Amino acid sequence: MSLALIAALPFLGALLPGLLIRVSRTACATVTGSVTLLALIGLGLHAPAVLRGEVLTTRFEWLPQLGLNATFMLDGLGLLFAGLILGIGLLIILYARFYLSDRDPMGQFYTYLMLFQGAMVGIVLSDNILLLLVFWELTSLSSFLLIGYWKHLPEGRQGARMALAVTGGGGLAMIAGMLILGQIAGSYDLSVILQAGDAIRASDWYLTALVLILLGAFAKSAQFPFHFWLPHAMAAPTPVSAYLHSATMVKAGIFLMARMWPVLSGTPEWFWIVSLTGLFTMVMAAKIAFYQTDLKALLAFSTVSHLGLITMLLGFGTKAAATVAMFHIVNHATFKAALFMSAGIVDHETHTRDIRRLGGLRHLMPLTFTIAAITGLSMAGIPPFNGFLSKEMMLEEAAHAPHWMIPALVCIGAALSVAYSFRLVAQTFLGPQRDDYPHHPHDPGIGLWGAPALLAVLVVLIGLMPMTMATWLVDAAAGAVTGGPVQVKIAHWHGLGSPALWMSIGAVGGGLLLLGLHGPLDAIWRRMPRPEGKRIFDALIEPFARLSAALTGAVHDGAMGRYLWIGGATMLGVGAYAFFTGGHAPGTLPLTPVDPIAAAGWLALMVASAGVGVLHHQRLLTLVLIGVIGLIVSVAFAYLSAPDLALTQISVEVATVILMLLALNFLPKTTPRESGHLRRGRDAALAGLIGLGVGGLAYMLMMRGFAFPTIADYHMANSKALGGGTNVVNVILVDFRGYDTFGEITVLGIAATLIFALTEALLRPGPANDRLRNWRNDTPDAGDRHPLMMVVATRMMLPIALMVGIYIFLRGHNVPGGGFIAGLVVSIALVMQYMASGFGWTAARQKIDYHGLIGAGVLIAAATGIGSWFAGRPFMTSTFGYVEIWPLEKFELATAALFDLGVFLTVLGAVMLALSSLTRIAIRAGQTVNTEAYDMQDKFDRETH
Amino acid sequence: MEILVASAIGLMTAVGIYLILRLRTFPVIVGLSMISYACNVFIFASGRIVAGLPPILSPDAAAYTDPMPQALVLTAIVISFGMTAVLVMMALGAFFEAGDDRIDLDDGGAK
Repeated sequence: MSLALIAALPFLGALLPGLLIRVSRTACATVTGSVTLLALIGLGLHAPAVLRGEVLTTRFEWLPQLGLNATFMLDGLGLLFAGLILGIGLLIILYARFYLSDRDPMGQFYTYLMLFQGAMVGIVLSDNILLLLVFWELTSLSSFLLIGYWKHLPEGRQGARMALAVTGGGGLAMIAGMLILGQIAGSYDLSVILQAGDAIRASDWYLTALVLILLGAFAKSAQFPFHFWLPHAMAAPTPVSAYLHSATMVKAGIFLMARMWPVLSGTPEWFWIVSLTGLFTMVMAAKIAFYQTDLKALLAFSTVSHLGLITMLLGFGTKAAATVAMFHIVNHATFKAALFMSAGIVDHETHTRDIRRLGGLRHLMPLTFTIAAITGLSMAGIPPFNGFLSKEMMLEEAAHAPHWMIPALVCIGAALSVAYSFRLVAQTFLGPQRDDYPHHPHDPGIGLWGAPALLAVLVVLIGLMPMTMATWLVDAAAGAVTGGPVQVKIAHWHGLGSPALWMSIGAVGGGLLLLGLHGPLDAIWRRMPRPEGKRIFDALIEPFARLSAALTGAVHDGAMGRYLWIGGATMLGVGAYAFFTGGHAPGTLPLTPVDPIAAAGWLALMVASAGVGVLHHQRLLTLVLIGVIGLIVSVAFAYLSAPDLALTQISVEVATVILMLLALNFLPKTTPRESGHLRRGRDAALAGLIGLGVGGLAYMLMMRGFAFPTIADYHMANSKALGGGTNVVNVILVDFRGYDTFGEITVLGIAATLIFALTEALLRPGPANDRLRNWRNDTPDAGDRHPLMMVVATRMMLPIALMVGIYIFLRGHNVPGGGFIAGLVVSIALVMQYMASGFGWTAARQKIDYHGLIGAGVLIAAATGIGSWFAGRPFMTSTFGYVEIWPLEKFELATAALFDLGVFLTVLGAVMLALSSLTRIAIRAGQTVNTEAYDMQDKFDRETH
Repeated sequence: MEILVASAIGLMTAVGIYLILRLRTFPVIVGLSMISYACNVFIFASGRIVAGLPPILSPDAAAYTDPMPQALVLTAIVISFGMTAVLVMMALGAFFEAGDDRIDLDDGGAK
């Protein structure tokens, strides 16, 4: 499977949950999981080659001029991370299926999760640092959605915002650092940069780039001083916490440091900045974790602490330390994901995560207890679990550090880690059973415990048989990081002479001592003042928030007229400046002569336009005048050699006026005079100047020839030869510029769907709906709602109108007509039925859903475009041929006609959806629109009896 | 002829601008429609105006009109219908939501 496809699969999978949630929650989870599984299998197929030491690449040119290419690379490091992301992702999908309650929108959850997964896989597979940065920012965005998933919780929203601000801000710094790296190396491809380590370390810009990149990595991996966002991200649902904080989001920073390790490490700057930050974070976070009372908060700080540990190992800059870092990444992911899930189970069952209200759960939840105990002991570093192995190796590396303070502090950190791990297990599960749990707990079904149990089994297996279970992966990853073959030996026993053994014993002893003293220590800690990360963050953010609020308040005060006035005046000013400072050639074209008919039309247009300006308070009259203007504009199009435009304009005009009439039915019939003379004068002056400018510009434009050769000639010359049609306007629409048209009908479809959504919102219970129900018609009704003559006429006209529509559609390629016009004509014919015979009568006879029409139209147009791929041509290349079917004349068949059919259906659906939405409002307003089938027979019967 | 077209464009623009500066939704919608007309004619006129020349290829035609702006304006007309329809619905929604058809928010300073 192509690497690009592995990275793309989660994004494609993100489209599915929203659809499948309509089937069932299980289907939704199954399909989401299958996509992840597929990507995981694809990755697995590459694993043998990568483990042999090969580096796989896939390359697509994207923007080669900018050095931005979609280049993907898979080496041992990428394999390790991608495997964790997809593997644990799969378990999280399973777990979330049973964790989320019925009230949570599960489709949304899986969509966000897959987006995030795709972004993470993208980071670890990118071979181009610009591409990597794109995915990097995507993880910030998608994790924002995940952390804030419970939108109703203020903590969730604040936590999400904080995570976004911190990690996104770090990302900005990283972009700068990466650009510097790319400049030094002369390429943005990682494979090139990784070879340029010496040049980069020798560069004057090395320290700047290092600090900027580390800012990004530290912010993402919650290293001091950015550690504070992670605990607040715990407001997310537990599956999110388990995913983001065991295997993915926070590991992205670690990944980046490992990825850049061959280039950036090996200098004193790297050693001191990275290892000290890691060490400090490790000890500080372990201390905070020890005092937490919320299970997830405890785990959050322990995650920060372990990330600090891994950072420190990478900071040491030795091959052995980097190898241990890789091993600990695997171990931490397994035990921490399982612990988060266990905490989620406890929360799910007892309805609390407060450690002070828990205890004695081991008899009630033996399974959960077993899982939590195994993984908790692994986190503490107790043999024979996997956490023990990597901790021993880490202690060994720390013992060789150049300063004695480092191993000393590491020991303290390890002791604290033992203490908080024991405390987590002991105070939740051990001790006497209580009778005041908020909810009576018992072990959940396999759906919830299955995933953590599997991880716990891994914890045990890696612990017992590290050489079989883990070294192959660790070797591959460490080999990729350090740039040479690595063969790690992992053993449980290093002999009595090993410093790690004594440090480890000291840590366990110290940890137990701390645990014993937890009560008094806790009392002291609570009384001590301590900096609260969130408060500092809020204090830093607040001035900016206040500034932007003040700016927005000042500029955006809700007075629409003011914005428009300022906008208009600015445009006028800029336009005038450009015109008077730039030069222009004199007008050379002769004036076209005017005949009396044109002059009469012009006069009518001017009078009607002026009338709209003066009489706009009379709304109905305004509409009549608008109709006049539209009519003259369409006649003008016809007169000025644009028959297609004339046909379009006149049919749009009908639809627009009907639409506005329907709306005006509800709105006030007059506009009150509210603005004073001064304001009106000011507005009129601006309007007059703009009108003068636009009109003058139009005149000057028309009096001059083209400044550049026009592209029309190409279209004229090739319309028949390439597009197969003689109506050049239509050929441009469906062929030459078919892609534009495709975009336009999509916009039209979106607009119609938006109208439908607005109507739905209006019809839902609420103040607007109440007003709608209480709405009283203030204008007298016409005597006869369904005039017999109109009913008869429209019904007889319908087949003829449909015929005309089809005719206009079919001939459109060669003479004026086409999908746009045909769609409008047919929709007007249908609207006439609504108007004459009533909504109910028409709705009862109209079986096709307008949404379906819009969707079918866009899909047909897209399918036509895609069809050309199968012929090996670019998107939307059309083709045509001539066929002869007896007894018809020889005629032409073009794929463009199929495209035009898509246009036709979309236009028809959009117009009808817009108008029928208004009718639905009318029905809700209690208008006596006949909702039942209206029939002439009824009317006849009623009138004769 | 050019003078007539240009003056019509100018007047329609001016009336449109004046109307979108009013305080109620309905004149704003009408004003935007007026501006749409003016814009469409303007773009159309950028192909230079001619009377009586076909945009359809035929062996008899000596000269043609410029089809490019026509194609652009054709879709623009349909799209502007779509946008007008959305605006009308928003105006209706706002009217029923707020109880009146003012476009300014309550804290607006303009009077």
